[in-house]
Amino acid sequence: MKPETSIAIPKANLTLPLAGRDHIQGPIDAPVSLVEYGDYQCQYCGAAYPIIKAVQKELGKKLCFAFRNFPLSNMHPYAEHAAEAAEGAAAQGRFWEMHDILFDNQESLDDESLAELAATVGLDAPRLMSEVLAGAHRERVREDFRSGVRGGVNGTPTLFINGVRFDAVPTAEALLEALTERGS
Amino acid sequence: MNKPDSKTHHGTALPAGTPAPDFSLHSTPDQSVKLSEFRGQPVVLAFYPADWSPVCGDQMALYNEMLSEFQEYGAELLGISVDGAWCHAAFARDRKLHFPLLSDFEPKAEVAKLYGVHRQSEGVCERALFVIDAEGIIRWSYVSPVGVNPGAAGILAALEDLQNKSESK
Repeated sequence: MKPETSIAIPKANLTLPLAGRDHIQGPIDAPVSLVEYGDYQCQYCGAAYPIIKAVQKELGKKLCFAFRNFPLSNMHPYAEHAAEAAEGAAAQGRFWEMHDILFDNQESLDDESLAELAATVGLDAPRLMSEVLAGAHRERVREDFRSGVRGGVNGTPTLFINGVRFDAVPTAEALLEALTERGS
Repeated sequence: MNKPDSKTHHGTALPAGTPAPDFSLHSTPDQSVKLSEFRGQPVVLAFYPADWSPVCGDQMALYNEMLSEFQEYGAELLGISVDGAWCHAAFARDRKLHFPLLSDFEPKAEVAKLYGVHRQSEGVCERALFVIDAEGIIRWSYVSPVGVNPGAAGILAALEDLQNKSESK
């Protein structure tokens, strides 16, 4: 590391490109991609959730949205298991159903609630919870977390549009404008 | 979520290549931490303006989640602000922080001044990061706009660089 670069701003670009490992909605080769690093127990992620839904509806197939885990588990005691439960749902082919119901029920994310939510969306809840308790998806969540830290995620939610961190407050208007601009 | 700020200012933060000034500060009301005790391993110094302010909370909360990553590089993380030891204790307990918060309290901001990261107008530390190598030399420093959480990407890159250099020796 050269001294002259020692005070440079750390780069805020997606270090792990959007790929087959990701949970995505929309075509992976869509003109614009939105990647969220989020925490199911974070109220700001909860606030961003309907906004992202609205933006997805507006842009349709022009947008590819991906969600990656960034649980701040000391601050949010239920965030880690919630993230692992969503990954467990992915293993049963229902990531997005679980993702949505977790954000719809942010106030009750203890293990018992996770099992109920899993059952509600038609998952094999006993299997899912035994995987969560055995830590079967912990490494995957950690991998997301690490990639986020490297890419300049400094809190949740952090959004990347076409790989570049979006730093404004994510209102529907601001987000739609940025996505439209970068997607054209 | 923090807004970007194009006004990064370097101030007078000690640059890479400078020996890190030694200091001893309280980590709890009855315990002190001396920087030179960590000779032989990298140290991350994270100066921040104040306990309890929302951005600090995020920054310290983020580092708190990353302790295992720092440990992979054998690095010790130390947070530093001008808050008193009792304030740090309450803050650390509230946020469940698992690393030491040092109190640059008396004489106020003395260590921040040594490192060139004292905000005279507010009497607090800048939001500044230093990565110090095993020999006690500063290898990376960064001053963030005070309202912006700098994240940890820069710290990890600096620690990785240190590791690569020590492996190639």
